[in-house]
Amino acid sequence: MEIGNILANIELIPILISFVKIVLVIFAVILPMVAYSVWAERRVSAVIQERVGPNRVGIPFTKIGLAGLGQPIADGIKFLLKEDFTPGHVNKFYYWLAPALTMVPALLTCAVLPFGSELFGEKMVIADLNVGPLFIFAIASLSVYGIVLAGWASNSKYSFLGGVRSSSQMISYEISLGLSLVPVLLIFGELNLSEIVWEQSRNGWLLLPFWGEGAIWNGGVDRFFLLFPAFIAFIIFTTSIFAETNRLPFDLPECETELVAGYHTEYSSMKFALFFLGEYAAMIIGSGLIVTLFLGGWSLPFGLDAYLMNVAGGSEQVPWWLGLIHIGTFLAKVIAFILFFIWVRWTLPRFRYDQLMKLGWIIFFELALVNIFITAGILILTRDSSS
Amino acid sequence: MAITVERPKLTILEKFYFPAIMKGLRITLGHAIRILRRKKKVTMQYPEEKWDDNLPEHYRGAPALVTDEHGRERCVSCQLCEFICPPRAITIIPEEIPSEDQWSKVEKRPREFEIDMIRCIYCGMCEEVCPEQAIFLRKDYAISGHTRDEMVHGKQKLYEIGGVREGLVNKWNTLK
Repeated sequence: MEIGNILANIELIPILISFVKIVLVIFAVILPMVAYSVWAERRVSAVIQERVGPNRVGIPFTKIGLAGLGQPIADGIKFLLKEDFTPGHVNKFYYWLAPALTMVPALLTCAVLPFGSELFGEKMVIADLNVGPLFIFAIASLSVYGIVLAGWASNSKYSFLGGVRSSSQMISYEISLGLSLVPVLLIFGELNLSEIVWEQSRNGWLLLPFWGEGAIWNGGVDRFFLLFPAFIAFIIFTTSIFAETNRLPFDLPECETELVAGYHTEYSSMKFALFFLGEYAAMIIGSGLIVTLFLGGWSLPFGLDAYLMNVAGGSEQVPWWLGLIHIGTFLAKVIAFILFFIWVRWTLPRFRYDQLMKLGWIIFFELALVNIFITAGILILTRDSSS
Repeated sequence: MAITVERPKLTILEKFYFPAIMKGLRITLGHAIRILRRKKKVTMQYPEEKWDDNLPEHYRGAPALVTDEHGRERCVSCQLCEFICPPRAITIIPEEIPSEDQWSKVEKRPREFEIDMIRCIYCGMCEEVCPEQAIFLRKDYAISGHTRDEMVHGKQKLYEIGGVREGLVNKWNTLK
């Protein structure tokens, strides 16, 4: 076939719609959320430590403070205007490559996260892949390269130690991250994240199965007994996300007290900001993933979705206002989770390195493995094998 | 001698970390709620809120010269403050008071009286040593300027800060 024919066969409309979705999700949702989670981090930490936090930066050249909401913008301008210094002792190529390699995977993974049900008949997910969780693991494990490269290329002992710690930590926790997800996939029998959320919308969230067919009084005995392994999976998955995103109590790659700043010691201005933003983007995507898998994604609790669909006329298509509510619900859940992340960070002290490895390899790994068998056992006992 | 510290024996529940984590989260949440409900005082929001009203009587701020109720500058250029000043912040150039002046029997007054506020340590020695009750430490503490020259307080600025002070000993009155 000629190239002209191939071009003629490409339909422009779906590409345009995907493009709009990508731009909106990245530039209107993820990046502002990253910026404002930094602000939230500072405000919440201040509140926890009985301080005030950044509350002054508001509208420029006025005295309107807006509770410091202008702070991220001021920070961004500062990062862009600072001198971008490259030390003489680094490996230039990898040194420049590393910040991009941490930011890009974090943003790529949001492609498969369903951030809403439907809006005007269009699915609110950038790529409706049938292998959502696998795609996320494949891409997320790439982000370790950014940190390792940053550590090695910086040619400094602190960066190097941070990079080494980070690689071992991320590889260790990826195992329990993946294994803890297997029970969830067993329960749903589905790898498409959109379908998983639809299922939870109809028959109860994984951790709250009290409506639809998932409710115990409607015959959802299996879902009731599966609460136990689901909860274990939730704990392991959440903790592993903490470790994957290098958040306290697992922030050994950059622990200030020992390693100055860890793998980004030698970085300055926007390159440092990219590491910073990548970490927060990973945190947001991680929260989104936890919410999607365990807490029903965009769906409203207690069968409200089905009720509102009936109110709207009972057709298959989701009305636009419900679609907007769903997007809002998803964002609210993610924001709640980010606040939880911050709350934990300012509560728990850092683990010692051997404790970290012990927790990952001796406790979580085994627990996740056993959890798979428990889930499979419950499924065999409670679900009819013929169905 | 090496001291061996016995590691505490943890119960099973403690080995799980989980209750301890929950306890920690509760404590931090408690602090957060306390501050959000404004049950606890926080740092003063400086330029808007100042503690000027609560400054104690003995507060030592910027040193300044005063005039008395007759409009006479009280300083007689004895230069004791200049000599006592530990960081040598004070520079005085004296001048004679012309004989036709109402206060000619005082004999001397400062032509220049400069206090370098970059050097001043607010010790209050000048006030203590002054035999004329002419220099006082006021409650101004936010002394700022864009250049070093701006930070040197001249005579005019010092009288501006000091103002008029009444009820002091007036030993140079014509009646005495």
